[in-house]
Amino acid sequence: MAAGPDGEVIIDPMSQFAIKPLFGGELGTFTITNSTLWMGLTVLAVVLLLLLGTRGRNVVPTRMQSVAEVLYGFIRQMCVDVLGEKGVKFFPYIFTLFMFILFSNLLGMWPYKSFTTTSHVAVTGVLALGVFLTVVILGVAKNGLSFFGMFWVTSAPLALRPALAIIEIISFFVRPLSHSIRLAGNMMAGHAVLKVFAGLAAMIVAGGLLPLAILPIGAMVALTALELLVAVVQAYIFAILTCIYLNDAVNPHH
Amino acid sequence: MDAEAATLLGKYIGAGLACTAMGGAGVGVGHVVGNYLAGALRNPSAAGGQTATMFLGIAFAEALGIFGFLIALLLMFAV
Repeated sequence: MAAGPDGEVIIDPMSQFAIKPLFGGELGTFTITNSTLWMGLTVLAVVLLLLLGTRGRNVVPTRMQSVAEVLYGFIRQMCVDVLGEKGVKFFPYIFTLFMFILFSNLLGMWPYKSFTTTSHVAVTGVLALGVFLTVVILGVAKNGLSFFGMFWVTSAPLALRPALAIIEIISFFVRPLSHSIRLAGNMMAGHAVLKVFAGLAAMIVAGGLLPLAILPIGAMVALTALELLVAVVQAYIFAILTCIYLNDAVNPHH
Repeated sequence: MDAEAATLLGKYIGAGLACTAMGGAGVGVGHVVGNYLAGALRNPSAAGGQTATMFLGIAFAEALGIFGFLIALLLMFAV
């Protein structure tokens, strides 16, 4: 939101994603920015939840302990379901990704001066590239060059296989792109829509039609609920897609 | 109309057209969830095990709409 030169309201939904240095100065490689701050807060929140939650180890869990246990058990079960028992060794990686994305999404919903780190493709792109490189390196290390045999679909008729191989190769290499853009796009679109509705409310108030402002504000309440759901679902989808991509490397020719 | 205004006009029209991709994503997501629900009502005991598959289907269908949204954003703010 911004005020124009004559004091009128301008809807500016994208300025919330701007990267700003916290302590002044030019943007450089190692500048502390608002993105750095919110990533730090995310890690702090995850560590606090898991450390405080597991400190008591009560038989009857406290509220915090049961939250930590539910998250842990849910992701662990997902790993076992998709990757099988030998996939449990990837559980720490997937749990770390899930918790970071979940808390970064949820902290971004903080209404005042918050910054969603996962709304930037630069952040999610690194996460997705990490997954992609893990799959390729692990697949080649475990299966040798026969890992690339998964592009050659032996269950299809011979005449179709070259065409299928091209499609498989393209869909394999587009994975890090879609993996990262899905998360960043969802976060960015949701927050931009919220700001557009907030701008509508401000415009209506500035126009002197105060009672009508209930419409965009009501819509914002509903959209905030939807965004909370999207924040959780997107973290879940990122984690389960990581599992499925890793499955190619762990259990080849499935 | 000078060249600059024409570029701006083209950008905004292109961004609006790119957003029609979101309509396709909406159709896709609705199709996935609708078919999941139809199957789940026929065989409720099998529904629980397929929730993850449904979310995957939603994610893949939605990704294509998000690509369109990305094109719109690129047109508006990057090109």
